[in-house]
Amino acid sequence: MASLVSHPDEIRVVSKRFGQGATDLDRYLALDGYQAIQKALTMSPDDIITLVKNSGLRGRGGAGFNTGMKWSFVPKQSAKPKYVLCNGDESEPGTCKDRLIFEHDPHSVIEGVMIAALAVGSHTGYIYIRGEYRYLSLIMQRALKDAYARGFLGKNVFGSGYDLDIYWHGGAGAYEVGEESALMESLEGKRGIPRIRPPFPAVVGLWGGPTVINNAETLASVPPIILNGADWYANLGTPKNGGTRLFCLSGHLNRPGVYELPMGYNLKKMIYEVGGGIPGGRALKAVVPGGSSTPILLADEIDVAMDFDSLAKAGSMLGSGGVVVLDDTTCMVKFALRTIKFYQHESCGWCIPCREGTDWLKKTLTRFHAGAGMKKDIDNIYYLAENMLGKTFCPLGDAAAMPTMAFVKKFRKEFEDHLDGKPCPFEKTADPVMA
Amino acid sequence: MLFSDEFEARFAEMLTHYPTRRSTLVPTLLYAQDEIGYLSDEAIAELAQRLDLTELEVRNVISYYSMLVTKPRGKYNVQVCTNIACMLKGGEELLNHCKHKLGIGHKETTPDGEFSLEEVECIGACSWAPAVQVNYDFHENLTVQKMDEVLDDYKNKGGEIL
Amino acid sequence: MPDVTLTVDGKKLTTPAGTLLIEACKSVGIEVPSFCYYPNLSLQGACRMCLVKIEKMPKLQTACTTVISEGMVVATDSDEVRQARKSMVEMLLGNHPLDCPVCDAGGECELQDMTFSYGAAESKFMEAKNHKDEQQWSPVVYFDRPRCILCYRCVRVCGEGMDVWALGVQNRGVSSVIAPNKEDHLECEECGMCIDICPVGALTSGAYRYKTRPWEMNHVGTTCTHCADGCKTTLGVRRSDTGMEIVRGDNRDKSGINNDFLCIKGRYAFDFAHSTERLTQPLIRKDGKLIPATWEEAFALAGKKFAEIRAAHGGEAIGVVGSSRTTNEENYLLSKFARMVLGTNNVDHHRTADFPALAAALHGKPGQTASMRDVLSATAILLIGNNPTEQHPLLAWQIRSNVRLRRAKLYVVNSQPIKLRRQATGFAQIPAGAEAHAVAFLAGDDAELDPLVHQSATRESLLALRDKLRAETGLVVAFSSEVRGADVAKLVQGGLVGARFIALADYANSRGAADMGLYPDLLPGYEPLTADGRFTQEWGPLPTVPGLTIPAMAAAAKAGKLKALYVVGSNPVARFSLDPFAFSGSFVVVQDMFLTETASMADIVLPAANAYEKSGTFTNTCGDVQLVKKAGEVAGVKSDFEMIVRIADAMGFEVRKLVPFGGGTRADMGQSRGAQSGEADRHSVWLEAHGLEPKMSPFDPVAIFDEIQRLVPSYNVSRLDLLAGNDQPTDIAEAGPGAAHDPNLIIPGNDDLFSSGTLGRYSHTLNSVMENKNAPTPSEVAAD
Repeated sequence: MASLVSHPDEIRVVSKRFGQGATDLDRYLALDGYQAIQKALTMSPDDIITLVKNSGLRGRGGAGFNTGMKWSFVPKQSAKPKYVLCNGDESEPGTCKDRLIFEHDPHSVIEGVMIAALAVGSHTGYIYIRGEYRYLSLIMQRALKDAYARGFLGKNVFGSGYDLDIYWHGGAGAYEVGEESALMESLEGKRGIPRIRPPFPAVVGLWGGPTVINNAETLASVPPIILNGADWYANLGTPKNGGTRLFCLSGHLNRPGVYELPMGYNLKKMIYEVGGGIPGGRALKAVVPGGSSTPILLADEIDVAMDFDSLAKAGSMLGSGGVVVLDDTTCMVKFALRTIKFYQHESCGWCIPCREGTDWLKKTLTRFHAGAGMKKDIDNIYYLAENMLGKTFCPLGDAAAMPTMAFVKKFRKEFEDHLDGKPCPFEKTADPVMA
Repeated sequence: MLFSDEFEARFAEMLTHYPTRRSTLVPTLLYAQDEIGYLSDEAIAELAQRLDLTELEVRNVISYYSMLVTKPRGKYNVQVCTNIACMLKGGEELLNHCKHKLGIGHKETTPDGEFSLEEVECIGACSWAPAVQVNYDFHENLTVQKMDEVLDDYKNKGGEIL
Repeated sequence: MPDVTLTVDGKKLTTPAGTLLIEACKSVGIEVPSFCYYPNLSLQGACRMCLVKIEKMPKLQTACTTVISEGMVVATDSDEVRQARKSMVEMLLGNHPLDCPVCDAGGECELQDMTFSYGAAESKFMEAKNHKDEQQWSPVVYFDRPRCILCYRCVRVCGEGMDVWALGVQNRGVSSVIAPNKEDHLECEECGMCIDICPVGALTSGAYRYKTRPWEMNHVGTTCTHCADGCKTTLGVRRSDTGMEIVRGDNRDKSGINNDFLCIKGRYAFDFAHSTERLTQPLIRKDGKLIPATWEEAFALAGKKFAEIRAAHGGEAIGVVGSSRTTNEENYLLSKFARMVLGTNNVDHHRTADFPALAAALHGKPGQTASMRDVLSATAILLIGNNPTEQHPLLAWQIRSNVRLRRAKLYVVNSQPIKLRRQATGFAQIPAGAEAHAVAFLAGDDAELDPLVHQSATRESLLALRDKLRAETGLVVAFSSEVRGADVAKLVQGGLVGARFIALADYANSRGAADMGLYPDLLPGYEPLTADGRFTQEWGPLPTVPGLTIPAMAAAAKAGKLKALYVVGSNPVARFSLDPFAFSGSFVVVQDMFLTETASMADIVLPAANAYEKSGTFTNTCGDVQLVKKAGEVAGVKSDFEMIVRIADAMGFEVRKLVPFGGGTRADMGQSRGAQSGEADRHSVWLEAHGLEPKMSPFDPVAIFDEIQRLVPSYNVSRLDLLAGNDQPTDIAEAGPGAAHDPNLIIPGNDDLFSSGTLGRYSHTLNSVMENKNAPTPSEVAAD
């Protein structure tokens, strides 16, 4: 069980039931649970969608697309059944927030799926949880069972005449399955290879039916929006970036943890006040602001509002809310290598630039870090990443390319310090240069 | 009898959740693996037959997912995360420590069949790094000393896996 | 669909809505490169080679997955696009072994071509390449992972195209690998489609690998000599000690009716031609033993004996057995030779379908025969009997492709749950041997319903099936040899409005043998012996009493009445289980490639060339006429055509009457030297266009083809198209009235996917594949 933290600046919307025993259905009900869905049942689907659209809620998985807008793309009429899919395949390095939601407040996700289903006219939902999170699957399965037992799910939910089934589904270890079309493939019992888009899932998704896919945090944000209104939520954050979000603070911090802060919260403040600053009084070197795929920010770039648009302006991305803090003892070549090693391992292999590009980046960085690098390797690393960017079948290639380009651009000097057989300047113990 | 009653009940229920039988495949494979320890040829043949798939299709899927294996491994699979957040907090030292302590490398199994070791990618414990999963159990905010205690606990535990 | 106008590289083009951008570009001659895109297979978007710039879109887009839209402005040759292609090739080559000097695909490799066209001269990367050892998956399929670029063409053609699904993708990322269905080997139909479709040398053929370099071969497009479907196969030939060796069969130019398709036989089973057991010297029986002799000796003896017997006992004392694997020209010539030179109507061949009944049923009713191409475009297909997957692989491919790509409806009536039922919208499993009942029922005879009720075929389902069939317009009906005699007429007249028919025979030129009159009671074109003056005008007076069938010839021989037997490319002793001693009193001449059961009892054995070693035409089971072109060459053999002419000559017959040669200009058909792909076709067209066809030799089949076109009306097809290598459908309605024959004379060949009558016995590839299969059943897997 992951430990909880708190900070006075937190605004608890999604995390308000954390630590409150809300896995228990009665406890959840006592904490306003299943109020939003009952309210939603009195609203028209269009009104729900408009409300969510106006709240400024944007996808918490990383891409940051307006959630209400996404729902509005689902056709009203469809010959095939429509589906709502909760993406709980959390696996972007630096990110550990959905885990807490599933652990402490599974019913909020269920309720979010229900409202989404109502909004798009779907009668079936799935909550996909990554395979490693087995204990969370058990929690979710129990929560679903409890909800069915009370008649909140199944036929005639809350006596409304609306039928709605929601099921749990489990993964088995694949980052790529977090990509929405790969997730659908996986749910259909296949290899997690993304699909050609268009058509987009909202039109042709699971088993060919129109499908809404949202991140678990996104869906858990929906019930409070329904209860408290679009303006309330929108005003918590910055323009076009409604609400709060769970920031996962990790790395070299005195108080790492998952904090719910308003959108647009200042990153510097987040590191030094919420996260308690760098241990041992060491200097900040860089920050990965939104999970490992987001371009790294230098210490002098952190006076930035943590919302989608501000970070885009700063040349990075808000991503999945994983804030990884690096102090000055960190070797950036090694950090780049570890980042790439992940994407090389997780590339599905479908397209050439991602499959081959990540492999070559990993090989070159491995050699480079071991002290056998050449000057032209630095340019080659950048060249490779640049030629992957925007050319791969799905965003995984970009996720590998973007941070790599930032590493080379921002830390070229440090790369050069590894040249000419020099040992890694950050290696504490004297590793042999070449094994 | 290849699978437990519990497995069969879960499988039967899952079949009712989807419009296609095949959709049960990924979670079912993981549950099957939990029972047998790995996905044996026999289990693959059985599940393929149950889901109207070829064994090739089942193997294609198995080989895609990093948690699924077709060879036996130790009773306790020690999965050390070394991804960025854990790396910054000593994940690699933890991995090296486990290698020395268990006397095995990445994806190897101790001769007594008790432990396997695996360097894994992010397991979603970044804020509590460094972290290790032994089978499905998370162990977080680890140090070398705490790691020793964790391993010793399992060693003394025997039996229960989950 | 309405047209859409878009701009590509400044060119305006208008194409039907729904067209893929890559195809739209192709239509105006703009090549957008790709590895994974392959027409008629599912889209992948995997290789990223076809990235193009579309205005208003921030990222480059794959032309293979983009459907054109009105006003789209596309750049396929900008700096950005060129750089993208270059980098894709660079990344591919990063892990590619670059073993082109020893790779089978070297010289005809798409990766080489792409590297040449779009790649970089400089190699940026210097890391160790990932290696994996080569694997042998079957006697004919080898896989070399390092060369593989993961375009997934093989996986798709095996699954979507062949419905075999024997290949998959395993692992992920850079460890991704194409995997066979039995972990380390393949259990499949061994069609080799995966090898042909592979753009690089990752999948190579056990028959061809490391044998030669592509540029050392000449390529001859000819017609397959195995089953009756008539696939075009391009044979790669190379000089050898004994002539021209065939080293490869493929259809990469997709120029035939089979487009992409070839089965194991078309692709690999040319190797019977190089069997060490081939006869390469004439043999004459002396003191009970077959002893090598000279050609002159053999022809002189054959001519002398035939002439003597004809003089002493009349033509009716001589029997002639023709072949289902010799050319139309040879069959026609043999039919003519028998009637004109030997003076006999004792002419027959091994019949595997009742074409005379079809001719009778369709006589004067044009437009009711279907070509092999029609099977691909028909809106509905009814298959009665037969298992095309095994017996008519191209027909099965056409059916599957039509169902998959055009949503044709397939109805199957069969006593077995044949594999094609997976494509069927209607399947009736009838009792074994009930095909005739099925035909009668379909024709409206409700009394025939009860005998059909069987397994899942209930009264209701059968009646519903018949209703559906009657409602179909544009139905193509293919029926097995079980439907014969009067049943053929019943089927044709039986209320399937607008239907077109295909009778399924078993051998490469079974249809040609029937069309060319290898019957005791029919002249070429299903004309009765007493037909109008067409034949007597050209051939002179002919015997008018119907001759003997093969079994009757054996009986006559046994009774001492048949004094001579002339067998051309056939093995009646084995096929009809004849008593070989029945002919011990007869003078027997056999032309064959091998010492078959029939040849072993002969007095003279003449070593024959096969269809890959001579020129002429074949007619497939649908009636499509195609060119047969000389590709291979083996010293010591002669074409059946030449041998027939020489025997006539040795009998003292004036050869020019038999073969109306002469008249053309001396020229060279360009066949024996082999030709680069298409060259022979072009050469022939040029000769025809300039009136320079040769016909200068008595051994020239074109002289006989001239006569066929003159005397057999259905064969009056376009010579230009034919010589250009195209298939030319014939309409049996234009043929003579046919005849009713004893249905028992039809004996199915019973070959499957891995056998091919006598040829199969001598094919090393077919034999090794057979040995490799524990159970020779086709793989049965779930359709996806």
